[in-house]
Amino acid sequence: MATGPTFAHRHILGMEQLSQEDINTILSTADSFKEISVRPIKKVPTLRGLTVINLFFEPSTRTRLSFEVAAKRMSADTFNINASTSSTVKGETLPDTARNISAMYPDIIVIRHSCAGTPLLLTRYVRAAVINAGDGAHEHPSQALLDLMTVNEHRGTLSGLKIAIIGDITHSRVARSNIIGFTRMGSEVCVYGPATLIPKGIEQMGATLSPSLEEAVRDADVVMALRIQRERQNDPLLPSLREYAREFGISRSILSLARPDALVMHPGPVNRGVELNPDVADGPRSVILDQVTNGVAVRMALLYLVMGNS
Amino acid sequence: MNTTWHFINGRIIDPLNKVDRTGNLLVIDGRIAVPDHPVPAGTPEINVSGCWIVPGLTDMHVHLREPGEEYKEDILSGCLAAVSGGFTGVACMPNTRPVNDCAAVTAMITARAAGAAARVYPVGAISLKCEGRQLTEFGELRAAGVVAVSDDGQPVVDSQLMRRALEYASDFNLPVISHSEDPALSTGLMNEGPVSTRLGLKGIPAAAEAVMVYREIALAEFTGTRVHIAHVSTAMAADLIRAAKIRGVRVTAETAPHYFTLTDDAVTGFDTNTKMNPPLRTEQDRQAIQEALADGTIDAIATDHAPHSILEKEVEFDQAANGIIGLETAVSLSLALVRDKVVDERRLIELLAVNPAAILGFDAGHLSAGAVADITVIDPQQQFIYTADQIISKSRNTPFLDWSLQGRAMLTMVGGSIRYNRISAALP
Repeated sequence: MATGPTFAHRHILGMEQLSQEDINTILSTADSFKEISVRPIKKVPTLRGLTVINLFFEPSTRTRLSFEVAAKRMSADTFNINASTSSTVKGETLPDTARNISAMYPDIIVIRHSCAGTPLLLTRYVRAAVINAGDGAHEHPSQALLDLMTVNEHRGTLSGLKIAIIGDITHSRVARSNIIGFTRMGSEVCVYGPATLIPKGIEQMGATLSPSLEEAVRDADVVMALRIQRERQNDPLLPSLREYAREFGISRSILSLARPDALVMHPGPVNRGVELNPDVADGPRSVILDQVTNGVAVRMALLYLVMGNS
Repeated sequence: MNTTWHFINGRIIDPLNKVDRTGNLLVIDGRIAVPDHPVPAGTPEINVSGCWIVPGLTDMHVHLREPGEEYKEDILSGCLAAVSGGFTGVACMPNTRPVNDCAAVTAMITARAAGAAARVYPVGAISLKCEGRQLTEFGELRAAGVVAVSDDGQPVVDSQLMRRALEYASDFNLPVISHSEDPALSTGLMNEGPVSTRLGLKGIPAAAEAVMVYREIALAEFTGTRVHIAHVSTAMAADLIRAAKIRGVRVTAETAPHYFTLTDDAVTGFDTNTKMNPPLRTEQDRQAIQEALADGTIDAIATDHAPHSILEKEVEFDQAANGIIGLETAVSLSLALVRDKVVDERRLIELLAVNPAAILGFDAGHLSAGAVADITVIDPQQQFIYTADQIISKSRNTPFLDWSLQGRAMLTMVGGSIRYNRISAALP
């Protein structure tokens, strides 16, 4: 990519900071990297000699693996730190952890943390580029970018679409990043879920709050279901997953209200039979595994672009 | 130490005596002289032209952190911050370590405060260890010097305990100060609304404050006792208090400068110095608080000065402690209310000096002849940038850092003794 596009971001903290042009740059870069993953030898020397640290304060299987695969395919050296928030409470503070990691001169730190805003906090203590791999219920930009990439691949455009996001909006960083991302690209985002899981003022982020599941899904180009966490002890959000599945799950009959070529998406991991009926999750419109494949390409693009800028 | 002074050319604002005049004020031996009293030979003059001479300000809600958390603040440092901000007296909340829930702790605070720059009025706990289970010995606390009781920092969850506290406190004429938040509703990190939604931070609804404020009003109304609502932050709570006052309920209330200055928009950027309890609210709430200050619904401005070190604040937003320091910015931020014509000068001094003393029940907040000379001199014009190196408090947790502020306390006098001054290097 000798004549690569310009990219002005040192860190990837959220979709909030990315313009339409930035998003196009990331998606076209990801598109050009996607083919590397299907080569017999899945490795290019682009990031050789660079150090990527995956600093995960929250359990993650696929996002961490996806970032690690992406970094290794670019020939970066990767290291994983699984710090639990509780261990930092016991002793070292995040600034101390960050300063110590920074003293080892990593080039990129990929951070996931259960507290919103922590990637931004991290940037104050490290020299490395910081990529947010999910911070609390705030943002998950690489997920939104891989969702945009997947929709763009299937529909050939990201503007003028209707995106329905169904489920636990309150606790979902995926929902927030996707609301920002899809609306910024010119699509309409409708959200729906139980009232206990719809955050106050979500319309001010640019989303439309649908009055019913049917209205949300009707004529949608994309139906994205979000993972439901079992209710917390002190905050009774749902009576049961059984009732959730019946009232808010995506069944084949609900899906029939969407456009005939509508895509079914889910950020994973899927509670089968809860957010999505199994025949929908595994049905012909499901692009859930395309999302995973594109996740590697998008993360390769992010690693590349933040380094191109340093 | 000299306690005889002659202030000249000041604007004397003394609401309790209905005085607002430009002229001189004589202090002899630590007391305010009668008007036109001859000036004793050799009395040092303090020229305060362009400034206001007002009764010493009382901050009825501060955390001095001593005993137990002296790395954040202690009684001496907190009182120095107070006088530098124009406060001659502070009421310190009991949530120290140990909690001020018995006479021994009160006595320790009082003893330490004897050498402090400002007067210290200890507030005792309502319940042992502020745990909300068993009442403290109000009689013994009162005798030891507490001026009010509160479990501030925690709401009193048990409504029956709160009822009994109100009733029992009336036997000792102790005001009960309520930290009004429903704990089940207030487990979040900031105000619940569009901003918390955008930031993905768990919200605290305005209703968390309102339901508890209404409980306190209902209990005070039923038992015929009085209650003081601390740090009112919402329009809903202000409306409840206004309606209760009209019915004749004996309720008083305070708010803090950050609630009439900032909104939850300030949390954008995850600055932990915008995290406090109750949280910064919406623009609509901010305006409602201003109205409530103007129309008498809210009686006092108190800072809720809550020092925390970087150990508690330079951390993830979720894990950061609640609270900000406020003693050194309160006068400047409150003067904006006068410039914006929300309140007039007289009302401002009622909010900062007259009413806090009246609510806590001590003789202060006026410049009557013969009164102890607790005096604050304020320059309403002086502009300055509030930088970290100016901070007197041990802690620096303030969202107002590097703000350009207008209006400042220039001199603070306690009992005729100058405890802080920005007027002249020739003065103490």
